[in-house]
Parts: sequence; structure tokens; C-alpha cells
Amino acid sequence: MSDNDAPIVLEAKGITKQFPGVLANDKVSLTLRRGEILALLGENGAGKSTLMNILYGLYHPDQGEIWIKGEQVTLHSPGDAIARGVGMVHQHFQLVPVMTVAENVILGAEPAGSGLHLNRREANQRVRGLSQQYGLSIDPTVEVEDLPVGLQQRVEIIKALYRNADILILDEPTAVLTPQEANELFRIMHDLTERGVSIIFITHKLKEVLAVSDRIAVLRGGRVAGTADPKTSTEASLAELMVGRKVILQVDKDEARPAAPVLTITDMQVRDDRKHLAVKSLSLEVHAGEILGVAGVQGNGQREFVEALTGLRAMEAGQVIIAGEDATGKLPRYITELDVAHIPEDREKHGLVMGYTIADNLVLNRYYHSPFSRRAVLDRDEIAENAAQLVKQFDVRTPSIYTHASSLSGGNKQKVIVAREFSRPVKLLIANQPTRGIDVGSIEFIHNQIVAQRDAGVAVLLVSAELDEILSLSDRVAVMFDGRIVKTLPIEEATRERVGLLMAGSEA
Amino acid sequence: MELTAPTTRSAATGWVFKNKWLLLIGAIVVGAIVYAYATNDRVTVAVLASTLRQSTPLILGALCGLIGERSGVVNIGIEGQMLLAAFVAFLANVYIGNLWIALIIGALTGALMGALLAFMAVTLKMDQIIGGTVINILAVGLTGYFYTAGLVTKGKFAPISLGPLADIPLIGPVLFNNPPITYLAIILVFAVHYVLFHTRWGLRTRAVGEHPRAADTVGINVFRTRYINVILAGAIAGLGGAFLTLEGVGSFERLMTNGRGFLALAIMIFGKWTPLGAWAGALLFGFLYALNTQLQFSGVGLPPQLIGSLPYLATILVLAGFVGRSRAPAASGQPYETEG
Repeated sequence: MSDNDAPIVLEAKGITKQFPGVLANDKVSLTLRRGEILALLGENGAGKSTLMNILYGLYHPDQGEIWIKGEQVTLHSPGDAIARGVGMVHQHFQLVPVMTVAENVILGAEPAGSGLHLNRREANQRVRGLSQQYGLSIDPTVEVEDLPVGLQQRVEIIKALYRNADILILDEPTAVLTPQEANELFRIMHDLTERGVSIIFITHKLKEVLAVSDRIAVLRGGRVAGTADPKTSTEASLAELMVGRKVILQVDKDEARPAAPVLTITDMQVRDDRKHLAVKSLSLEVHAGEILGVAGVQGNGQREFVEALTGLRAMEAGQVIIAGEDATGKLPRYITELDVAHIPEDREKHGLVMGYTIADNLVLNRYYHSPFSRRAVLDRDEIAENAAQLVKQFDVRTPSIYTHASSLSGGNKQKVIVAREFSRPVKLLIANQPTRGIDVGSIEFIHNQIVAQRDAGVAVLLVSAELDEILSLSDRVAVMFDGRIVKTLPIEEATRERVGLLMAGSEA
Repeated sequence: MELTAPTTRSAATGWVFKNKWLLLIGAIVVGAIVYAYATNDRVTVAVLASTLRQSTPLILGALCGLIGERSGVVNIGIEGQMLLAAFVAFLANVYIGNLWIALIIGALTGALMGALLAFMAVTLKMDQIIGGTVINILAVGLTGYFYTAGLVTKGKFAPISLGPLADIPLIGPVLFNNPPITYLAIILVFAVHYVLFHTRWGLRTRAVGEHPRAADTVGINVFRTRYINVILAGAIAGLGGAFLTLEGVGSFERLMTNGRGFLALAIMIFGKWTPLGAWAGALLFGFLYALNTQLQFSGVGLPPQLIGSLPYLATILVLAGFVGRSRAPAASGQPYETEG
């Protein structure tokens, strides 16, 4: 597919973009040839998304040139980029949930009708035509909020094709997909390149890069760290290029020694915000000294499950026993007091108080206990001492313990949460997406901490949408699909393929 | 099961099934009107005609609110927009003496207040509740300061009879013998409905109110869309204000909007942010006002204060019963920030 003589369709020359306090892109140069898949690899915060938003006209570069199809261009807005055939599928889908597929596709470029009138029939037909032409089957009249994420992504691709895009930017497109859905996406990507579409594929997943790309560019710290040929690269060589040092991709851990059950859940049912049953009869057991990994594509009830388990959301039915105590429908503090640690999914919303200092955030789970509090008065010295010690022990990179949580990077925020949750002896650790969106160094650190907790006899419930994380940490894998645990496998039997199929609900 | 069932029915029966509650309520209302007309035609016509006129400023205010929110700007300044428009339209009527020019000036006053709100909410990214409050306080202050007692106008809008249509029993005198702003309000209900749900502009406006970033990424100018919608909405609220001084009572009094702008917001929510739904809400409240007046005239053995509180009781009941079940545009009230 790739052809070194194919004409260059897009070129970035010396792109520099400064955000307050961060140099997001530092003289980045990049070329894309017609009909090729260029993988743009880099950690979170390496500047990939910034670069792509510049190429799509959402951000404006401080310096540098953009050339599209042999012409130097200045992109004032996405409209300019669209007009030149650049389409983008954003990591967070840019779809209006309450509108139909067709309405989302035509939005901003509605088919010319009679005057102002919106021609829905024409729109539906255009979408049907595109979906047949490119093998992207979809019903144009369904509302987007009723579609699974895999299909929502398809809507985004159709949206770009509808605008005659022949340069497609896919920003972390596989983050929300099952392995099978990802393979389907790769098939679509190849089909598109056959038709002359050029694709920039942004990711931090090494396996995917090697599987689909024709050429690889690696970004690190806002600069191009190097380019690589997928035929001659390995995961290890790419990881090293991406992080700048040797990385141990495998988590080192001994055999688990599971003991008595610490957490027992029977027939839990939970409703989501829209009052639909998101968790439908979920039962599982976690033993002391083991890591139970709950695998599943996002949106299969994991959030509601963990929120109900930690007392943040009401349970519809079922029973939760933690360390022999009935914790069904109890308040979060009661559950915390049963020696439960919780690393929540959304660190900014549920993990930290953004406007509080690191020191205060580090005692959120214990501030009302001695020594931090005496007769309702906080002891500032104790809180400061605690913070100083934890910041050091957990390697939180911060100018001061009085820095507000909001100004820390993602990885350091997560370390503050981990430090707080691990700073007292616990029996059960509930970790929901503990490493989402943080740098490789912090991921290594947090993984090792979780394994250390397990070895100390803590029961660990790990919920993650990253299959690699589940497979490398867990002792047993429970697969969640459509609000149920469809299967629990010992780690030896949990292959990528098998778990992937279960995540898609295709094996009973 | 309920989700899949309608697909097996024909389109027509499917529509009936989907709207069964609406049809039931409609049938009861029509039945009640026919029964009342058969019992006492004179009073029935009077109450219904009064219902329509009482509902006019309410629906105009509600349209203003829902256009703003559909584009993502919460407008709690409708009361102020209406009050100031009522005052300026009144002055225009006094000094220029042409009702139509006064009406246009009233609408322009509302539009100007809309522009002020848009400037605070969109450009300055101020809290929109504060922005609306600023408008309300400004309107009370300005009208209070410049108000002079004893100004005399050269009349108010008279009903325009639509020829033979007006001769139809019951329907004629109620629907086809009204002053111009009342007609205009009815036309606007359908016009706004058409624009919001059947035009490009409407699709873009709703996208901006639901997910401005998505709109931005397909090249829609979020700021401009919000400005235009909030200004046009302001003009509609201005018509509602002008109704009070040019068509309703024909003179200006301090604070004469008397909470209608806020009631309009309740009606907007009652109508689930749709023009037709809001119209139903406005008619319901218009009816309660009309009934209130009629009951006081006919001297039912109830204390007038109790009867007078009917619309307010209904407000509480309606809001308590309906607010929880409707969903506002997702980005309503949130300033949009571009990045980079």
C-alpha cells in the first residue's frame, strides 16, 4: 500500500505551539503521502493531539508552516481544514447525542435543498449511499446516543467522508473499542487507503502500530523523537523511542497466594443516570492476596458497578459483603471505614478536590481522625508532616505540598490519590482505571504499588478498559459485558483473543 | 417491548400510539369547551378570548427563553427585557403616536437587551444567571427613574376581525377577532417551531446548544450563532413587553410585567423547550388568569385572594410535576471556550 513515490499530501514544517507553562510542540515536522497510514506514536502529553488540532485548524501554531497538497495554507478554523479535504475523528467523539446519525453527518454542511428547509430525506439517502460505498453499515435515522461507541466512531468516519475528506486524522480511535472492533476499524482503514485516502493514526498502543501502519513517527516531549519502519521495529524498540529509556513492559510479580474472600457481591443491580439497568445481576468474589481484573469495553456498567460498590450510587438489588460486614447500601464513609481503598475512575471529579492543596487532599479519607483532627479542629502540623512524607514516598513531583491539586499533571494527580489510599492499612482495594491517560513512568510505579498491596494480603478489584493492563496485573480475569460478569477465567486461560471475544459478548 | 412494538404498526396508528396522552388531553379539553359553550356561550367565548390574550406575553417570553437555551444561553432576564420594552414602546407611542412604530421600537429594545445579554454571556463569559439578573435590575432601575406619571397615549391596538372567519360560532370570536400582537404571537409559535426543527439554522442552533465543541469542529461559528439567537429572542421578548402597553392596558405602570418573564421560563420548561409545548403551557396559564377574572366578576362565594392565587398554585404544581421529567439542552448555561 505504501509507496515512497506517492505524492506528499500533507506536510508540517517546524510547528511550534506554546501553552501556558508547556511547550506542547517544539519544531515538529511531519510528512504524509497519498494512500499511506502514518502512525503517530507518543505518550499522553507528548503533543500528539496538539499537533493534530493544529492540522485541523482548531489551534493556531505559534510558528511553522502547513502544506496541504502542495500549497502552503493558514488554517483559521476547522472549516478551512475541511475545505482542503482534512477530516478528523476526535478521541472524544464530536457528536450531538440527541440528534440522529444523518443529522450529525450533515451538520454544518447540510445538503442544498429548497431555500432554508432541511432536507432530511436527502440527508438519510446520502448517509446510506456513503455507508454502502465504504462498507460502513449504519442506520441514518437512529439517535446517536442509542448507538454503541463502535458505531458512533463509524458515524464520525462517515462524517469526514461526507465532507470529501481524503486526509483522515484518527485520534486514539481504538481507546474505546474491543479488540474485535479495533480489527474491524483496521480493515476499514485499509479499505480507505485503497481508495486513495491518507490516514494519520494516533495511538499509544504499540501492538496496533506494528499491525496497521506503513510508517511510524514518534513524538516525545513535544518533539519528533524519531521515525521507524514497522517492518523492522519491535514493541520494545518503539517503547524505548517513545519514553526515552528502556521500559519493562511486563509487570514483575510472583504467584498469588489467595486466602479467604474479602469481597462478596451477590446479584447486584444498579441503574444509571438515565434510570436504565446498567448492572444486571452481577456476582463476584475477591480473595485476600489476589488481583481480580474486571475486563470490559467502557460503558458496560463498570462505572455504575464501582459507584454502587463504594457507596456513591444507590443499589437496586443485591448484597455486598466486605470483610464479613454487610455493606449493602451503606454510605461511602462506612465503607471506607471497613478498610476499603478506592481509586476512582475520574480522578478530577471523584478522586481529588481540585481547589484543595496536596496536603489537604492527602487526608481526605482520614482528616476526621486523630492525629489530623482533635475535637473538630484540624492539626495543620500533622497534616503537613503526613504530606511531606507521602509526597516523598510516592514520588509526587510537585513544587510544594501546598500546591493546588489542579496544577499537577495527570500522573502526579494519580500518585496523590494512590498515596492517600495506600497510606493506611486496607483489606480491599478498588481500582477503577488506575492508569488511564498517565505517562509510562507513573504507570509502572502504580502497577508495582498495586502488586505490592496484593503481596501484603490485600484483596484487589481492578477495573480497566485497557486489556493489556488487565492481563499483566490480574490473577483472575472477570469479563463484564452488558451489566453482567459473563465469565471468570484464571489468568493462564485468559488469552487476548478469548477475553476479546467475551468483551464483545460473543462467547457464552 | 414498548420500544419495538410501534414498528409493527402502520405509521398512522404508530403516531396515535405515541401521542395517546396528548390526544386524550386534547379530547378532554375540546369536550369541556363544547360542553361549556352549550351551557353558557357568552361566558365561554369571553373566557377563551381572554385566555388567548393573557397567554400572549407568556408565550412570547417563553419563546425568547427557549430560543436562547436551545443555543446554549440561559436567559433569566426576560422579565427585564419585557419591562424595558414595555416602557420604551409606551414612550414611543406617547411621543410618536404611531402604534406600529412603537411596536417596532419595543422589539428593538428587547433585541438591544438581548445583545447586552449575549455580550455578557458569550463574549465576557460571565455567569449567565448574573447576566440575566443585571438585565432585570437595569430594567427596574431605568423604568423607575424615567417614569413620569400622567403621560397620555393616543390609544392602543384594536382587534382586527378576519372577515367571514370571525363569524364562525365559538372559534370565530376567539381566534379570528384579535389585536395584531396576539396574531403575531400565534404565527411566531409555528415559525419558531419550523425554524428550530426543519431548517439548517435550527439544526445548527440546537447543535450549538447541545454540544458546542462538535459544532465548532464542523465549522459552525458558536459565538455568532449564540449572538444571533439571543438577539432575535430578545426582540420576541420585546414584542411581549410591547403587548402590555400597546395592546393590553394601553399605559405603563411600574413593574407592570409582574413576574410574567419568570413565569415564561416555567412555561418553557413545562413545554420541554419546544414552541408547541410552551404554547400549551402559556394557554393553560392564560386560562387560569382568565378564569380568575371571570370568577371574581361572577362573585363565587370564595375570597378573591384565594381565587387570585390560582395561577401561582398552578405554577408550583406544574413545575413540581414536570420539571424532573424534562431535559434541558446539554450545554445550556455554559460559556463556550475555544482552545489554543
